[in-house]
Amino acid sequence: MRTQFTALGRGVLLGLLGIRALLTSVLILTTSLLVGIGLYFLMPWALMLARGPARYARRLARDWSGIEIPEPYLPKPPPAVPQADGWYRHDRTLYKTAKVPNLHLRLQWVFSDPATWRDLLWLLWQPVVGIGVGMLPLLLISLFVLGLASGNPLLAVIGVAGALFTFLNASRAIEVHNRWSQLLLSPTRQAVLARRVRRLTETRTEATDLQAAELRRIERDLHDAVQARLVAIGLTLGATEELIDKDGNAAKALLAKTRDASAEALRELRRVVRGIHPPVLAERGLGDAVRALALDSRLDVKVDVELTGRAAAAVEAAVYFSVCELLTNAAKHSEAGQVWIDLRDGDGMLRVTVTDDGRGGADPARGSGLNGLERRLAPFDGVLAVSSPAGGPTMASVEVPLNSGCSREFKSKLPRRELLLMGICLSIAWLPTFPQGIVAGIMKLVNAEDRSWLLALYLPEAVQWPFIVAMILIGAALYSTAIFIPVNHQLREAKRKALTL
Amino acid sequence: MMRVVLAEDLFLLRDGLTHLLQAHGFEIVAAVESGPELLRALVERHPDVAVVDVRLPPTFTDEGLQAALAARRAIPGLPVLILSQHVEQLYARELLADGTGAIGYLLKDRVFNAEQFVDAVRRVASGGTVMDPEVIAKLLASNAVHKPLGKLTPREHEVLTLMAEGRSNAAIAARLYISEGAVGKHTASIFTKFDLAPSEDDNRRVLAVLAYLNDR
Repeated sequence: MRTQFTALGRGVLLGLLGIRALLTSVLILTTSLLVGIGLYFLMPWALMLARGPARYARRLARDWSGIEIPEPYLPKPPPAVPQADGWYRHDRTLYKTAKVPNLHLRLQWVFSDPATWRDLLWLLWQPVVGIGVGMLPLLLISLFVLGLASGNPLLAVIGVAGALFTFLNASRAIEVHNRWSQLLLSPTRQAVLARRVRRLTETRTEATDLQAAELRRIERDLHDAVQARLVAIGLTLGATEELIDKDGNAAKALLAKTRDASAEALRELRRVVRGIHPPVLAERGLGDAVRALALDSRLDVKVDVELTGRAAAAVEAAVYFSVCELLTNAAKHSEAGQVWIDLRDGDGMLRVTVTDDGRGGADPARGSGLNGLERRLAPFDGVLAVSSPAGGPTMASVEVPLNSGCSREFKSKLPRRELLLMGICLSIAWLPTFPQGIVAGIMKLVNAEDRSWLLALYLPEAVQWPFIVAMILIGAALYSTAIFIPVNHQLREAKRKALTL
Repeated sequence: MMRVVLAEDLFLLRDGLTHLLQAHGFEIVAAVESGPELLRALVERHPDVAVVDVRLPPTFTDEGLQAALAARRAIPGLPVLILSQHVEQLYARELLADGTGAIGYLLKDRVFNAEQFVDAVRRVASGGTVMDPEVIAKLLASNAVHKPLGKLTPREHEVLTLMAEGRSNAAIAARLYISEGAVGKHTASIFTKFDLAPSEDDNRRVLAVLAYLNDR
């Protein structure tokens, strides 16, 4: 019972959201009329107004039904930059100040975003859907009251039965409403893909830059450390060859030197190899590699590993170097004594948490090390989260999806048959509701002379009111069907996803 | 004559080691190049000592180490000297875990110094423990912030390092140019500071120190 009352309250809130949406739509439509007299610069501002209620609806969907609706908007464009001569250019016109070019950028941004128009569509429908779905029990109660007042028992019975039914199903109605919001307010498949492409382009650039830098570093290391030593060994061997007949003892001394030089070269080579791909990682995998890292650390490190399988080699390496960096940070900056590393996989994610008892205050925005770490993880869709209040403790966690990217599922399209039915319902629903229902009712109430083409008024007196009510109900049913088809599709999708997970 | 099983996948190095060991009076009973072969050779031939490369075919991971550990489970105390391009405390711990000694863990570079290498093989064959100086250095470095090591004098630190490498008092004395008696005093002091029971047996001494450092 309590859930029903909660749902009823929420329904009222949705109705109010519908009213807010109505006011916003009126404001937007009015502003768009002002474009006619040249006030076009108000348009972006007006269209942005729709985002307020839309954001609110997204929050409600998340809080009430656990439906996560991501924000679909394109990122805000950067402000216009002046040319070398100090002028701002937009298209083929030059401007002295950034004001107009910025306005154009803004216009372009808002208008080219499909989410703007989907928001608007949602906003125009929200009064109907919000009030219709959320306040239906209350509306039916008023129908009951109306029936009693007008002495129509049929109306009263329909009202009370409907009110009871909708009241009992109130929480389901909220879910239906939120699925409806999800339908229009979530990013389209295209927007998701566009965002993904943007992100991939960014990370690809970073990844190739990073790789190039790594290669340069390895080249330098090999050149400076190893190659130089091998050259020295070659030279000493040449000298020894000359000396060997003349001065055996000197030759022996040189050979000993050569041996030392080769040991030194090997040591350097080991160091370089460790920087490329640590041998333990290749031999034992991530778990033992992190354990080995912990053993070599100057700090007291406790490692807890729960891995069910091996990740891709590149992912393992990225996570290994992340842990490496985080441990170095803990040792260098945070004056920590004890560090805990927790490494585990599950739900298709590889997670590692590094916690220390140091003095905290680490900030990814400032520390270039953490920044580099984020860049290193980005190509794998990995994320770094750092919590480090001043005074400690610092907790950094890295999360990388195990099969990067490919696992993301796109929502499937509405089947053509259902789409057709939805179209038919939407295109004819207005006919029974508005002229044949509401208008006829008003005409009847004011006892107008003109019957026009309102069918009800041609019928016998006794069935006129029932006919009008039936017309309104048919219209409402058609609208509901039109809304319910995509919403039902969403529900089916959600269930299927829950099953496959 | 000491019987040796040798496992190394690089032909040149295998050949070189064979010559080196034969020249110093060892008998090579088997020179193998893969993990499964090694395990079979160790269990069937039961050598006096095995010299094993960590990375071997077919997987080129830690095949050699795993084969050696498996063989030591079958034949407890089978002397094994592990060679590797890199040393890890993690592997050292695994090798020392059974506490039976007769274990060596050296960088491949140590082969350059034939005398020392052959000496290490002999010490392992006779049940001793030989750890690469780099393992010890890492062990001491990672323990540097912990209290007990801080209590050691620099000289005691040096003695401890050499002791952990498996050297006798005489060898340590020769290395540090001090008398054997002085070394004895230092070792006694170290054992007191670590709260360990002093021991004259080189090998047990090494194991006690390593176990202590590993436990932290």
